[in-house]
This record gives sequence, C-alpha cells and structure tokens, in this order.
Amino acid sequence: MTPRPPPATRREWSLRSRAVRGMLYQVIAIGLIVLAGWFLAHNTLENMRVRGIQSGFDFLGQPAGFDIGETLMPYESSDPYWKAFAVGVLNTLRVAIIGIILTTLLGTLLGVGRFSRNAIVRGLCYGYVETFRNVPILLQLLLWYLLLTEALPDAGSPLSAFGIAFLSKGGLSLPAPVWAAGHGWGLLGALAGAAGAWWYAGRARRLFEATGKPRAVLLPAIGFIVAGALVGWAAGGAPTEWRVPVSGETSVTGGAEVTPEFIAVLVGLVLYTSSFVAEVVRAGIQSVPRGQVEAANAIGLQRGHTMRLVILPQALRVIIPPITNQYLNLTKNSSLAVAIGYPDVVSISNTAINQTGRAVECIAIIMAVYLFTSLSTSGFMNWYNNRSAIKER
Amino acid sequence: MAADTFQPIAPRTAPVRTEGLVPWIRTNLFGDPMSAVTTVVLAALFLYALPGLANWLVFKAVWATNPETCQAARGVGACWGVVVEKFRIIIFGRYPFEQQWRPEIATLAMVALLIVSCIRTFWRPWLVLLWIGVMLLFFGLMSGGRFLGIDTGLEAVSTDRWGGLPLTIMLATLSIVFAFPIAVLVALGRRSKLPAIKTFCVIYVELIRGVPLISVLFMASFMFPLFMPPGVSIDVLLRVLVGITLFAAAYMAEIVRGGLQAIPKGQQEAADTLGLTYWQTQRKIILPQALALVVPGIMNNFISIFKDTSLVTIVSLYELTGAMGLALNSDADWRPFKIEAYLFIAAIYFCFCFAMSRYSLWIEKRLNRSTTR
Amino acid sequence: MTEPIITFDKVNKWYGNNFHVLRDIDLVVTKGERIVICGPSGSGKSTLIRCINRLEEHQQGRLAVDGVELTDDVKAIEKIRREVGMVFQQFNLFPHLTVLENLTLAPMWVGKMPRKEAEERAMLQLQRVRIAEQAQKYPLQLSGGQQQRVAIARALCLTPKIMLFDEPTSALDPEMIKEVLDVMTELAGQGITMICVTHEMGFAKAVADRVIFMDQGQIVEENSPHEFFNNPRSDRTKDFLSKILGH
Repeated sequence: MTPRPPPATRREWSLRSRAVRGMLYQVIAIGLIVLAGWFLAHNTLENMRVRGIQSGFDFLGQPAGFDIGETLMPYESSDPYWKAFAVGVLNTLRVAIIGIILTTLLGTLLGVGRFSRNAIVRGLCYGYVETFRNVPILLQLLLWYLLLTEALPDAGSPLSAFGIAFLSKGGLSLPAPVWAAGHGWGLLGALAGAAGAWWYAGRARRLFEATGKPRAVLLPAIGFIVAGALVGWAAGGAPTEWRVPVSGETSVTGGAEVTPEFIAVLVGLVLYTSSFVAEVVRAGIQSVPRGQVEAANAIGLQRGHTMRLVILPQALRVIIPPITNQYLNLTKNSSLAVAIGYPDVVSISNTAINQTGRAVECIAIIMAVYLFTSLSTSGFMNWYNNRSAIKER
Repeated sequence: MAADTFQPIAPRTAPVRTEGLVPWIRTNLFGDPMSAVTTVVLAALFLYALPGLANWLVFKAVWATNPETCQAARGVGACWGVVVEKFRIIIFGRYPFEQQWRPEIATLAMVALLIVSCIRTFWRPWLVLLWIGVMLLFFGLMSGGRFLGIDTGLEAVSTDRWGGLPLTIMLATLSIVFAFPIAVLVALGRRSKLPAIKTFCVIYVELIRGVPLISVLFMASFMFPLFMPPGVSIDVLLRVLVGITLFAAAYMAEIVRGGLQAIPKGQQEAADTLGLTYWQTQRKIILPQALALVVPGIMNNFISIFKDTSLVTIVSLYELTGAMGLALNSDADWRPFKIEAYLFIAAIYFCFCFAMSRYSLWIEKRLNRSTTR
Repeated sequence: MTEPIITFDKVNKWYGNNFHVLRDIDLVVTKGERIVICGPSGSGKSTLIRCINRLEEHQQGRLAVDGVELTDDVKAIEKIRREVGMVFQQFNLFPHLTVLENLTLAPMWVGKMPRKEAEERAMLQLQRVRIAEQAQKYPLQLSGGQQQRVAIARALCLTPKIMLFDEPTSALDPEMIKEVLDVMTELAGQGITMICVTHEMGFAKAVADRVIFMDQGQIVEENSPHEFFNNPRSDRTKDFLSKILGH
C-alpha cells in the first residue's frame, strides 16, 4: 500500500500520561528558576538603591578619562567609554589572532616531533609538553613579564640586530614601512594572486586527472601571490619609505614599537597553549589506525603521499574539534593580561569598574564579547565538523 | 604409513642484537643521517649551555639568607636564599606566624585525604565519613575561635588572612567536590527529553564555558554581594569558592555527558524492559558505568582547576601565587630576586600537577583493563 | 487456550513525518502461542515487537496486551512491562554487575522482593538455562552464547507471561547459536507466549505455531510453518525464501 503521512497527535489529559508528567516537571522547573531569578534581581535592585549605585549603559557615552598604553586605533583619554572598550577588544583580538597562528605552528612541530626517529627530539618534545602544561598560565605570564622587564638591558643600551631592530626593557622596535596607498594595493594584489593560485591549483589537478602527470603546485602558488603583491605595490606608486628605529640616549625612537606587555602576553600564551596543541596533534596522528599506513604501503604509496593523502585527512578530523577548543582557551586566557597591564578588554573593563562603579554592566560587556567569540567559533567548528564527517550508514 | 615424529628446533638467540644499550643508541640516536646530525647538534648545544645553567641553578647558587651576598652573585648564581627566607610567607600567606602549625597540619590532612581517595581499595562507604571528618578538622584548625558553636581554644583567624598552599588546595578540592553533583545533574538534564530542562542546562554550560574564569571571579567578587538580601554580607572566600565551583561544574558536566553518551542505548532499553524507573536506572545502571569511564577526564578537570586557583590572586585572595607577590613586593631587599621565587612556586605547581596527571594515566589504564576481557 | 493476549488493530507507526514504518498491522496472538517473525532488514519486524512493551510508540491504531491498552499512561506501561520480558540482539547485560546481581536487580528494586528470595529465584532461572555455575562471574567474562542465556534468565526472573526475542542469535558466533536455540526451544515447550524475530528457519520449523513474513512495514503472509515454507502464497515470500534458504 502507499505510505501515508502520520496523523496529528491527540493529547489525553491525565496525570498518568508520560507527556503530561513531562510537562508538569518542566513547569515546576521553570517556576523554580524564575523564582530564583526574581529573588536575585530583587535583591540586586534593593542593594543598588541602598548603596546609591546607578545602573544603565549610559556611561558608555561619557568620556573615559584614562589613557591606554597601546592602541590599534587612534584614541584620546577624552574619548567615550565605548571607544575605550573597542580598543580593548582590538587588543584582545590582536594578541589572540597572532597567538593562534604561532601556537598552531609551534604545537604542530612539537606534536609531530613526538614521532621523530631521534630519541633526543622525542624527549625534548615530551619534556616541553610536561613542563609547560603543569604550571599555571598566570604564573608563566608573570614570569615572562618579569624576565622581559628585569633581565633585558635598559632602553638606553638595547640589544640590537643588524643595527635596525632593538630589544630592551622598553620593548621591541622593528623597522616598518610607512603606510601608503601602495601598500593597500599590494595587499589587494596579494589577495588577487591567492585567487590566481587557487585557480592554478584546480587546473593542475584537472590536468593530473586527465593525463596522469603531476604538476608542482606549491612554488607556482607562492609565485602568484608574490607577483600579485608586487604588481599591486607598483601600481599604487611603489612607496619605499621605511620608519627605522634609532637608538637614542635613554630610549629607542621610531619604527614599529611592540611593548613588553604585549610580548610577555604573546610569548606566555603561545608557549603554554602550544603544549596542549602538541598533545592534540599527537593524539590525532595516533588515532589513525596502523592498518591505514600498512594499506597505503601495500598499494605502493610513498611516505610523503601516504602522509598527505591518507593520514593527514583522517587525523585532521580528530584534531579539529579539540584544537578549536585550544584556540578558544588561548583567547580566554588572554584575559589574564590584566595582571600584567596589557590593555585588553578585561583590563579596560576593570579600570571602568573602578571609575564608574558599574560592575554589573562592565562584567556583562566582557562576558558578551567572549561569548560572541566562543559561540561563533563553536558554530563554525560544528559546521565544519558535520561537513567533513566520514559518512556512515 | 608410519607417521613422521615432530622434531622441534631448539630456540636460539638472534644473530644481530636488537635489544640492549648499543642497539638502542644506534636506532634512536643515529638511525639515519638526519637523525645523526640532529643528535650531534643538540648534544653540542647541551654541552654548551648546561654548565652555565647548572652553575646558576645549583653550584654557584647562594643559599644564605643574606641579600648582599645574593646581590653580589647576580647573574652568576641563583639566589635561593630568598626562598629560604620567605618560605613561610609564600607557603602560608598572611596567616599569623606562630599559628602556622595549624595550616600545616590542616594541609597535610587534606593532602593525605586526597591520596587515600585515589587508591581504589579505599572506595568504601566510610570514605565519605572520612571526608566529612577531615573537612571539619581543616576548617576548625584554620579558623579557630568559635567553630560551629564549639570553642576550639585556638586563636581565631579570619578567612582573609588565609593564604598560600592551604588556600590553593582547599579551593581546588572543595570546588571539585561540590561541582561533582551539580555536574551530574546538569549532564543528565542536558540529555533529558524535556525541552525546558535541556535548554536551561545548555545555556548554563555554554555560558560558563564561553567566558574566561576571570570574568566569573569578577562576577563572584563584585556581584554576589549584590545578590544577597540587603544587610547580609557574604565572606569573600565563600564568594570565590562558589564562583570556581560553578565554573568547574560546567566543564565537568561536559565530561560526564561524554561518559553518558558512551553507554550503549541498549542498557537503557534493558532497564526499561525490566521495569526500572528513570532514577533507578540512572543510579544503578547508567551512572556507575559512565562515571567509571570519566574518572581520567575528571582528574584532568581537577588539575585544571588546581592551576586556575592561581587566578584568585586577581580578586585579592592570596593563594600561592599571590602570597609570593605579597612576600616580595613589600620587601625592597629581596625584591630583585623575584625570578627565583617564581621558579620555586612553579616547581611546587609542577610537582602537584605532574603527579596528578601520572595518576590519571595510570587509573585510565587500570579501568580499561577491567572492562575488556 | 485460544484467548487473545496481544491484539494489534490497524496499528500504524511513523518515524518522523515521512518514514511509514508500520502500516495497518492487524495481528492477534493467543495465549501460549509461539510466533516467529521473519523478513528483510528494515521491514519493521523489530519495531513491531518493540511496540508491544512500549520501547517504541505507535501513532495510530489500538494495541492491547493482556487486556491493557497501550497508551501514554504511565501505570499501564509499568503493568505491561512487568508481564512482558525481552531478550535483545546485543544481550544488554549490565557489565558492572555480576550475573547474579543482573538477575536480582529487577525483582528487588521493582518487585520489592527481599534479597534472599530474589537470589533463590535467580538461581532457579540460571539452572533453567543451564548456567548456574557462572553466577558470580561478570558478563564480559562469559562467551556470547552464555551471555545471551543469562539475558534470557534475567527476563524470566520476573515471571513474564510473554517473552519477546529480537534477533537473539544474530550477534553470536555460529557455534554458540545452538545452545541459545536449545534454551528457547525448551522454553517454548513450557507454555509461555513467545514472539521471536529471527532468521533461524530451522528453529521456526521446529517450534513455531505461526510464521509471519513482513516486508516494508506490512504483514505480507502468515501461516503455519509447514504451509509457509512449502506453499508460500505471495511472490514476495517466495522471493525471500529462495534467498535465505538457498545457501
């Protein structure tokens, strides 16, 4: 017979029905939660009234009245609070993004190093992981900050590399190009080059499938990107001006300055998180059954191809979820910068709480910022996970 | 036809030795050209750096509690004198000097309790009584004065003077112990078919896991006093403890949920067929199996929380990390030697955490053995 | 002995909105009857017997077990589950309890029986399936065939009126199938109502009063074993039989 759609559900209202009982439990649970929430809210409002604490987000429009040590966008102390928070968010993102890239590189090297044929390399990787994993991150950040501010030479006589880069208690000064239109065009050119490289890679694969002759992809891809960047740069007027730091009597001036706070937070976070990433990578590589390698060898694949075509795709599936977790941990741990004085969003929020007394609002802002980052990253990771899952029956 | 008799060949040793020190060195250090080069380069680096490091750490280090001698040896030898001198403040925080035997005994009792709880043979009902007893002992010793209505005969010490290692261990242990039942309930709630309960549990877990611990501590520190009825004040230690407990419970709920998911659906179905109620099934069938699976995960959570207690420094409770800052910031003579003090604390954390992670690996192996034939 | 104990009356079930897994099932099982259900995978045979003890819910039609109609009513479900025992393909023994504890769990916690009495009853059932000497072992220490026999004993501890078997031998090594089928055959001879989903046609021929063939959610054919295997009426049945009896 032909299949029919199901009928609509009729509910029988009796206390012995499973559905009705379920609804009853939920109503009771929601009632209790609402009651608790009302109790807390009522107390909060009472307390705020008694202590004369004002509430509301209107303070965000008022002038902040404090300076911020390092900013990615122009900021004055007369700017409103919301701008201060924005600077904080940018600082957090700055250390998080650079940190994530560096952690991935270092962590992968360490994770793969655990499988090295050389026992000393294996031992070093293992020792690194155990050392950095078992000491709290706050302690590590404080240690690095201490080393940078005490063990390095004074700003008047910094360590220098080739006379154009300087490292001292005052931070790191590097030569940087003076930003002009040409650099923007250069970036666009690089993006266009990347698109060209993508097209070329696709074409190379199609040719390989048609004729069986493999074509190199990596070098031409790099060539595309570099060529694109150069063309864009030239089209934009070929700016060549650089800001080079100069070592003065008491300090280094000019160039791009990186504060010791930023370096301490970055180095501390990267070294700590990469020990966890190393473990994740190691677990991922180990999760691929030995039989896969044996089967690949049996059909004659060379070591490089085995790694690229058989092991890595399967290992990546196991690696991606926990490594995303570590990226989120790194971002959340950047909040500890408040202990060092790096002006991330928590640090600025702390200052704001001290100045305005609006604890509830400021903490809500911090939580909202981090929640947004975490949830969007988790959402993306879930999508990627579902997309790349091995299809089963 | 007469059958051939089987002539066994006597076993002989291998012609080329593959076990033993020399073969090991040959395969693991000089296995191929790349490996050999790496070995040589790294060995050279070690030989270059090791003497200086060993000198600094041990041989040329200063153990005397004399700031001038330390200052003179700067850059050449570590000043462990700072550790010897400030040892008591670092370990016990601002606790009154003469009464420090009390946190000493309390901490040792707590550590002994944790070690006993880790050994499987002691997983008996009386362990719960032991826990209650040691907790009462700990708090009674630490606070003194009138404790739970009984006069202890000891000088009263308020909670804001508690600090150092006892505080670290107490915060970590208590928050995990209290987080556990919350985590089990939240994990069960997340797997419930009732949408309201499931949503609430999901919101709780995702909210807490999405924000850094420091914001939870700020919330505990700044906002909990506002949550209480006007006039009721709540101890700062209690606030921080509640904050860490809620934080730990969210992460542990995910770990327990992973264990619950690993139980085959058939177990629930078999229990249904036998007529067991929901709570009977959870208590007798599902949870015992799930919790046995997640002991390593919970152990890892404990290690994380142990490290995270260092954050309470930021809300002005002087546990191990904070106590050290306290000890040195106020003393100009010893302040230049903060690095050595930091290394000392790092070593303490390392010992605890490394031991716990080894234990976790060991118990994972033990539990795996008992579930496979 | 012809009073009906299970009645399916135009029972329909859907998974989601589109998968019509049970279509207009009409079936009457009388007391003491032994039924074997066979059919290709995905035909709804497991779903059908899982509806009997409410492991699955049907959306349309009436289903009555021992006079009690199966609805969302909690008390009705509890009563039915006390009278219906089930044996699963994956045994589903509780690995953290001994064999004896597996058997005494339900009588003590659901039947409110004192421990001693529960243990006596458990040992009796273990002897019935001839595995009494393994009472203190853990399930994972036993072979597949032994585990399934323990599972049967566990279901019998509640003295059910009806026993449901969901492919009880499909997960077993070939050498162990016989010991389980022997126990089931012995059980069949003792008057208990049995409904068994299985591919073991030898068992069906020897024990069943009725063989039911299901395909795509419908009962295609039902007959006595002799008639079913020798004079199948429907083409679909003939097709199926030729495939499974071929080798």
